[in-house]
Amino acid sequence: MSLDQIFVFLKQVVVGWMPLQCQPLVSAILSVAAIIGVFASLFAITTVLERKGLGRIQNRYGPNRVGPYGILQPAADGIKALIKEDLVPRAADKFVHFIAPLVLVAPVFLALAVVPVGRNMVAIDMDGGVLFFFAVGAATELAVFMAGWSSRNKYSLLGAMRAIAQMISYEVPLILSAVTVVMMVGSLSTVKIVEAQAGYTGWLPDWYVFTPWGFAGFILFMIAAMAESNRSPFDLPEGESEIIAGYYIEYSGFKFALFFLGEYIGMFAVSGLGITLFLGGWHAPFEFLTWVPSYIWFFGKLLALIAGFIWVRGTLPRLRMDQLMNFAWKFMLPMALINLFAAGVWHFMPPGVVRWAVCAGLVFGPYALLGRTLFENKNITKRVYRYAE
Amino acid sequence: MSVTFAIIAVLTVASAVAVMTLRNLVHCALSLMLTFVGLAALYLQLNAQFVGFAQILVYVGAVAILIVFAILLTRGVEPPEQKIFSSSSMGGLAVAVAVFAVLAATIGSSSVLHAVLQPSHEVSVRQIGEQLMTRYVLPLEVVGLLLTAALIGAVIIAMRDEEGK
Repeated sequence: MSLDQIFVFLKQVVVGWMPLQCQPLVSAILSVAAIIGVFASLFAITTVLERKGLGRIQNRYGPNRVGPYGILQPAADGIKALIKEDLVPRAADKFVHFIAPLVLVAPVFLALAVVPVGRNMVAIDMDGGVLFFFAVGAATELAVFMAGWSSRNKYSLLGAMRAIAQMISYEVPLILSAVTVVMMVGSLSTVKIVEAQAGYTGWLPDWYVFTPWGFAGFILFMIAAMAESNRSPFDLPEGESEIIAGYYIEYSGFKFALFFLGEYIGMFAVSGLGITLFLGGWHAPFEFLTWVPSYIWFFGKLLALIAGFIWVRGTLPRLRMDQLMNFAWKFMLPMALINLFAAGVWHFMPPGVVRWAVCAGLVFGPYALLGRTLFENKNITKRVYRYAE
Repeated sequence: MSVTFAIIAVLTVASAVAVMTLRNLVHCALSLMLTFVGLAALYLQLNAQFVGFAQILVYVGAVAILIVFAILLTRGVEPPEQKIFSSSSMGGLAVAVAVFAVLAATIGSSSVLHAVLQPSHEVSVRQIGEQLMTRYVLPLEVVGLLLTAALIGAVIIAMRDEEGK
């Protein structure tokens, strides 16, 4: 028994101890407990890493008081969230206000069920896995609306409207860029998609990110994922300086923590899908490293993507609403459609240098043209600073 | 009739009743979403995975959100003062009963009910896609054209009137 399959083996052993009729139930409970445990602890680690990283980018320390180097900060935050008073506005719609955080958290954990985190390590391998992922993702929009509307607060309603408009706009390029991979594999099953990216050509793995359409698709997917998870620079729904915290302005204590958790788990889930679709899932990047357990590769890639998210958050300023919408509909959507076409051409051309050149031209030509034309209409000039005199 | 079916059916019907009787329009919209989810669960129970997920993706993710937007952008969120049942409710009831009777009679007398159904194997998404691209390609195109026309129409209605400024 190898280290790679140790968790699968352990689960089989535990399930084997149980009487026959409750084996499926025990198996399901074990998978669910593993998903919730692992990703919730990853959430705790990510919050402290993010605050540390942002601190470093902004030339300050970040949390450094609780435990060595501040690594126990999440525990302190958790206790604080639990013992805080749970305030509900008097005018609020009590019931909707109460269930909104639950409606947000439950689907994002469900979405993780179809993400393969290692060899034979997926909670449900279903025929329509990718479709399932996007279907449960649709419920988060609903939760955001419920939170914003039930609070009876202008700012939270504004934040919810912004969030829904943003999520709907960016869901289109997100799904269209994922469709290229589905077209290429010919299956919606996440396990089959990972299997299709096994093997190595030269020293490069056969991941879809190393094809012209896959590269463009990956970039589009990650930008849309960033917008879907309301991360800076797409954090207009929260916009502390404009609408003070958006749809969760009236949430305090543990309900606020649930929103926070839901947002991060959503980010992990969509990054996990990005890894599955474009970065070869749990496959090792080099052939001589295949002995390293598969789940280490998956979580390594996940942490790398999260580091990218944190880096972007620390680097870019927030977009304006019109910039956000223009970017989604005038740039992301046409690029995603062109990319779909390029993927089709790639599928029907014989392998070789010509195919590479044609598809790269199909992707990067329109990219350059689209970028140029959009910029020309902008009349961008050097910014003039005016100071009080 | 299994327990699962009973739970889903009760949930779907109860939320559908709530859609019609609740005072607050946003509550109605939220119960409507619950109805859609219940329908999706019914499809999933019938092993129609693609239809079930598409139902959630399209109806909960898009249609319900559109309804909510329409409610919020066109009228206040305060519940209306008038009664739930309009003055013509009896006429409406009669029409509804008549439509139900016709449908029930047609379904009851159709030959589908008496046909012996083969236990169908699970239909994969691939098969649905192949059927849509070969046998049902014309209906698919027609639906696409219809949706595009509706989209363009909506944009034209919403477009700012340049002369009337």
